[in-house]
Amino acid sequence: MKLRVNSLEYDLAVLPHRLLVDLLREDLGLTGTKRGCDDGSCGACTVLVDGKPRHSCLTLGRLVEGKEITTIEGVASGDGLHALQRAFVEKGALQCGFCTPGMVLTALPLLERVSLSEEEVREALAGNFCRCTGYTKIVEAVLSAAKARGRAP
Amino acid sequence: MTGTIGGRVPLVDGPQKVTGRAQYAGDLQRPGMLHAKIVRSTEAHARILSIDFSAAREVPGVAALLSGERYPRTFGVLPITQDETLLAVGKVRYRGEGVAAVAATTVEAAERAARLVKVEYEPLPEYDDPRDSTGGVTVKIHDESPGSTNLQKEVRQEFGPVDEAFHSAAHTVEVSGTFQGVTHAALEPHAVIAEYGPDGRLTVWASTQVPHYLHRALARVFDLPAHRVRVIKPEVGGGFGGKGDPMPHELVAAALSLETRRPVKLVLSREEVFYLNHGRHPTRNKVRLAAGADGTLTGLEVEALIDGGASSSFGTVTTYYNGVLSVGPYRIPAFRYHGQRVYTNHPPSGAMRAHGSVNTRYSLEVAMDILAERLGMDPTELRLRNFLPPNTTTLNEFRITSNSVRECLLAARERSGWAKKFRSLPLGQGIGVGCGFFISGSNSPIHFTPKFPQSTVHLKVDVDGGVTVHSGAADIGQGSQTVLAQVVAEVLGVPIERIHVSEVDTDTSPVDLGSYSSRVTFMMGNAAERAARSLLEQLKKAASDLTGLPAPSFVPAGDALSAPGHPEATIDFLTAVHKAMEHSGALQSSGSYESPPLGGSFKGAKAGTSPAYSFSAYVAQVDVDLDTGRIGVGKVWAAFDCGTPLNPLLVEGQIEGSIHMGLGQLLGEELRYRKTRLMNPSLLDYKTVSATEMPEVECLLVGKADPEGPFGAKEAGEGPLPPILPAVANAVYDAIGIRFTDLPLTPDRVWRALRDAEKAGGLRKPRPPEAHAR
Repeated sequence: MKLRVNSLEYDLAVLPHRLLVDLLREDLGLTGTKRGCDDGSCGACTVLVDGKPRHSCLTLGRLVEGKEITTIEGVASGDGLHALQRAFVEKGALQCGFCTPGMVLTALPLLERVSLSEEEVREALAGNFCRCTGYTKIVEAVLSAAKARGRAP
Repeated sequence: MTGTIGGRVPLVDGPQKVTGRAQYAGDLQRPGMLHAKIVRSTEAHARILSIDFSAAREVPGVAALLSGERYPRTFGVLPITQDETLLAVGKVRYRGEGVAAVAATTVEAAERAARLVKVEYEPLPEYDDPRDSTGGVTVKIHDESPGSTNLQKEVRQEFGPVDEAFHSAAHTVEVSGTFQGVTHAALEPHAVIAEYGPDGRLTVWASTQVPHYLHRALARVFDLPAHRVRVIKPEVGGGFGGKGDPMPHELVAAALSLETRRPVKLVLSREEVFYLNHGRHPTRNKVRLAAGADGTLTGLEVEALIDGGASSSFGTVTTYYNGVLSVGPYRIPAFRYHGQRVYTNHPPSGAMRAHGSVNTRYSLEVAMDILAERLGMDPTELRLRNFLPPNTTTLNEFRITSNSVRECLLAARERSGWAKKFRSLPLGQGIGVGCGFFISGSNSPIHFTPKFPQSTVHLKVDVDGGVTVHSGAADIGQGSQTVLAQVVAEVLGVPIERIHVSEVDTDTSPVDLGSYSSRVTFMMGNAAERAARSLLEQLKKAASDLTGLPAPSFVPAGDALSAPGHPEATIDFLTAVHKAMEHSGALQSSGSYESPPLGGSFKGAKAGTSPAYSFSAYVAQVDVDLDTGRIGVGKVWAAFDCGTPLNPLLVEGQIEGSIHMGLGQLLGEELRYRKTRLMNPSLLDYKTVSATEMPEVECLLVGKADPEGPFGAKEAGEGPLPPILPAVANAVYDAIGIRFTDLPLTPDRVWRALRDAEKAGGLRKPRPPEAHAR
């Protein structure tokens, strides 16, 4: 089947039971997508499917045929970090970094909203588990990136 | 000086992590790699009668099958309690313990084969309640326990006139608490790759906090000389103590590689991580306080019965810490402790953030609150009256140097608006306080032989002027690599970009004992500072050779060495480097840290000794929903004394993360057992605090420079956790007048207490101190 990941086309043979997370990590070597829980409760495996956050550990590879997948490896453009990634680093929104790819990809579509409140950010991130930061600086980073775009107070 | 010390310096490995480039053990591949799966016990306590591999062997792709007898040598993190084996030998001690293992060409084949391994068990009596393990035991979990008990460790300590203190006390307060087991739940499930090569060397990549102890365990279990074992620590996705022991599955992967001579990868499922546990011990404790009429503490008595689960792990230390880490931050003139840690058939308990101190701290701080109320005193005043001063010695001979606990409490009280709020908020709303202290590294290294420093750092400067730092300290996300880079950059006066910190590789990294007991900033930081100063001396000598000025004239600043009063003599860093390596082609240095001799001479005197202690005072404000019993924590004022914060951005992260984890234990996290059966081994059923429930946190870093810490710093990794639990519980009391001594405070438990209080004559706030007779 054909698959677009981070704007590149792949032509792959995919077994019917192959999960998207394994397809990305094992077959394409995109190990930035993490496995944390096996049951959709931690959000570490979040990727964007046609721009929407999706648990890649609960998604069969076959189901995303022809769709546009964005993993953490496809967020930065060229050499520079995406503004949201830069905000994560500068605001101390990551420690061990294992939840970070899923957090960034869950938060990324929020920046497209017309306006963004702290409550909305917390609500949107409630399905992403982080054991290091207490979420404080993650929320701060997302809001600061949104603010830089004029989307948050 | 570059100003990196004290600055909000982002993680040096942040860009790697935020782009998904950081490599964790589970991300690694080796050519020809096999995959392993462990067969886990379905019984909690049982003799293994037989293991039948015949069906498993037929699965295509199976390369090796293993049971415990093949490598029966024991290991364990403490030299005195080596009671674990890589797979069960003869009998199983907890449900989920490894019984057999498979290596196969694919994960699927390994899983299929593992399911086909047939194990026959003969059940033995199961022990799930620690109270049944203190006597009358018919089949001991470990033969080493004395008499008919499952006792792993018993500690009795007594200092000062305890009986007299309680006899003559104007007030005594007793609090009995029960505490559920909680677990680290680091997001990265444990992973390992082991590769036994044709050169006879065993290389292991593992998500571990303790590469050095893993190195020792591998050498011991497989009877290999240590130089033929190499441990590499890639990025680690969180630890909190859960990766602080050499773990059985790490040795299983190594064993399978020895059997197959191929690389073997083993990644635990989340469910397996729950069974591996090593989390905070389920505990019953009793804290008694004696005080004079003015509130001066005269005595403290602590008892603890600790559920160790099926193995020792750090348990001997845990047993001491449940007692000795209650001798501060208050002056205690008489102290008695009786602690027992028993084996049960639960998954092993071990060290978890603020190891051994959290549960006693909770009962003690609640007791302080009750005492204040009895006395008609404000609880902050009671604490201020009893604080230890700086530069003192506790009755059990802990050396206290820097101590800003008073400043902490004053800051939290002031910033929170305590005076206007305490006992004055409407019913359902409340404010509470809790204090604490913690070690900046255990003063005693875990292994005493051969004698070597607790931390050593090597620096190597390349001809391009880059400084490579080799350290065995394990960055598990707390940012120790960043602190290393900051310290070296600061001493050398160069930009932090010049500093490259290598990952831990026992082939190139000098020994650091690892990330536990909040030792890294203090010990590694001191070692790094010494290594950098030694390097600086060589550069000054080079500058002197170039200019003819005496070496001591030079100071480092702005990527150069300059001599005040001689502007013409400024030598840039790279020029000095080239001069220094002119004849040797190399520029290197080392520095190390050994803790000073501390502690008394009685049995157990070293437990809890540390070259420095952090101090804390938290105020929390809560809103208890009177209809549902849900506790909402609105804001926390977290005042913390970590000496001089080397990096406030990272210190705040430690405080916020600690508050998250502590609130979890207080409000809902629980390893729920039905007898010996763990009922909730998943992140779906193990309820942590989510982004929507996390309170606002105001960090108040009010410490003063510690005389022995690197640039005046002390720990900030674990000490920030304990005070949050009692601060919130005391705030709940202020809100609804109900004391909770059994954790967790789930909405159903609070709801029941609210209904009981209504039935018993009405729910009301406690009276303010002024209303009490003095």
